Amino acid sequence: MVRFENVGLRYGLGPEILRDLSFRIDPHSFQFLTGPSGAGKTSLLRLLFLTLQPTRGLVTLFGHDVATLSKDSLAALRRRIGMVFQDFRLLDHMTTYENVALPLRVAGRDEGSFRGEVVELLRWVGLGDRMWAHPPVLSGGEKQRAAIARAVIAQPQLLLADEPTGNVDPNLAQRLLRLFVELNKLGTSVIIATHDIALMDQYDARRLVLHDGRLHVYE
Amino acid sequence: MKMSDDPDTTDLAAPPGAEALPSMRSPLVPRNSISGRALVGVVAIMTFLASLTAGAVMLVRASANDWQADVARELTIQVRPVAGHDVESEVRKAADIARGFPGVAGVKAYSKEESGRLLEPWLGTGLSLDDLPIPRLIVVDLASGAAIDIAGLRKALNVVAGANVDDHRGWIEQMRLMSGTVVIGGITILLLVFAATALSVAFATRGAMASNRPTIEVLHFIGATNQFIAGHFQRHFLLLGLKGGTIGGLAAALFFAIAGLISGLAGGAAVGEVSALFGSFAIGLAGYAVLAIQVILIALLTAGTSGYTVHRTLMSID
Repeated sequence: MVRFENVGLRYGLGPEILRDLSFRIDPHSFQFLTGPSGAGKTSLLRLLFLTLQPTRGLVTLFGHDVATLSKDSLAALRRRIGMVFQDFRLLDHMTTYENVALPLRVAGRDEGSFRGEVVELLRWVGLGDRMWAHPPVLSGGEKQRAAIARAVIAQPQLLLADEPTGNVDPNLAQRLLRLFVELNKLGTSVIIATHDIALMDQYDARRLVLHDGRLHVYE
Repeated sequence: MKMSDDPDTTDLAAPPGAEALPSMRSPLVPRNSISGRALVGVVAIMTFLASLTAGAVMLVRASANDWQADVARELTIQVRPVAGHDVESEVRKAADIARGFPGVAGVKAYSKEESGRLLEPWLGTGLSLDDLPIPRLIVVDLASGAAIDIAGLRKALNVVAGANVDDHRGWIEQMRLMSGTVVIGGITILLLVFAATALSVAFATRGAMASNRPTIEVLHFIGATNQFIAGHFQRHFLLLGLKGGTIGGLAAALFFAIAGLISGLAGGAAVGEVSALFGSFAIGLAGYAVLAIQVILIALLTAGTSGYTVHRTLMSID
């Protein structure tokens, strides 16, 4: 599904912050991406999410060399990836329902075909009574769940989550982790970037550890 | 997406009894933002100013053409008193010759009293023209569309003692030069106002777009194509531009309509002088069509700038 070969990344003329990254993400797999702050977790997620191009090396996503793809093809690939941002990135002028349904609307689907799906997912993540609320009035945990719901509504083949439990209490963090595990069982490959050791200890999964720009994989 | 009934996940579910199903009502691009309202205001004001300038240039141009046409439709025959000739009979002879000349629509010979009245502003009242060798004037109106043979008329008037034909050529040339200068000046001002309008609208649009950057980013991240995003923003900003442009254009049209009404109803010296410069203040159907085209162009400029800004933003994200 994802293949990195000798990938390096630097910003401008600065030092290389990711060096010689070589790894694979298999279909239906679950992994944590961890490392100290500033190790390059978010940069690696951006490479996976196609908002950054590597300075060197080869990145293959769903069988395509991303360096050779047009902008429209990259957009099409991005629709197969769900992303949970650390800062949620919900649109304040839309209701929770509209935010979650956004990927389906962008994909050109008729609302009648997805309304029930979105409502079911919102109820499943505990936002059934907050569907009409706008993000500014949601709590941190509610925003987090809305962001996760938006990332998974289109049933992506790959789910990337950047510190998805960073804004919630341990109890909710555990519940959100179970949500990701459930999605993985449904067939989505999951990569969770976190430095929360306690969270990773709750689920036995592959660990990708970034340190000094290099990646160490613990199966 | 079907979820399992895992108790650990279903306990996240909302309390039962949810009301009617929600629906998508919000547009992708937020409406009624402060920056959007400010943009409508800027577009309205700049459209109003550009419309006023365009209307004024059209009025001056039309008036200048009218002045030229009026002057070119007349010529004057001067009959100077010549010793040994009766000026009254020479005037009558000249008027008869002119009246019978092809291309002449009418002839008016100014009497001695009328000539005196023409000179009153300069020489005062109670003047006896018998004491002064004042030339007598014959105003010849030319038929519209007819080309008169000035040289032939001059030749025919050779039999009239002291007759001289003034075809106002010098005046017409001066008038043409003056009206040309006024129109070129007006067009230059119009172009400058258009440039200022374009820049103000472009900067105001970019300002309004800056507040929409999070929306552009989110749409990009969830897989919307650049065309999809730019299309939505262009449509939204086209509507904003049309709204502002229509307000400004209608205000300008109203201004010209009221000014035309006032100049038509009111009299007085002040109105007369303004009318001399701008004519009847009526810009006509062509003028209103120009205002409408301006509104559309400004709306397209707003949409184009938003599209450009979206592409620039997307390039900076990538």
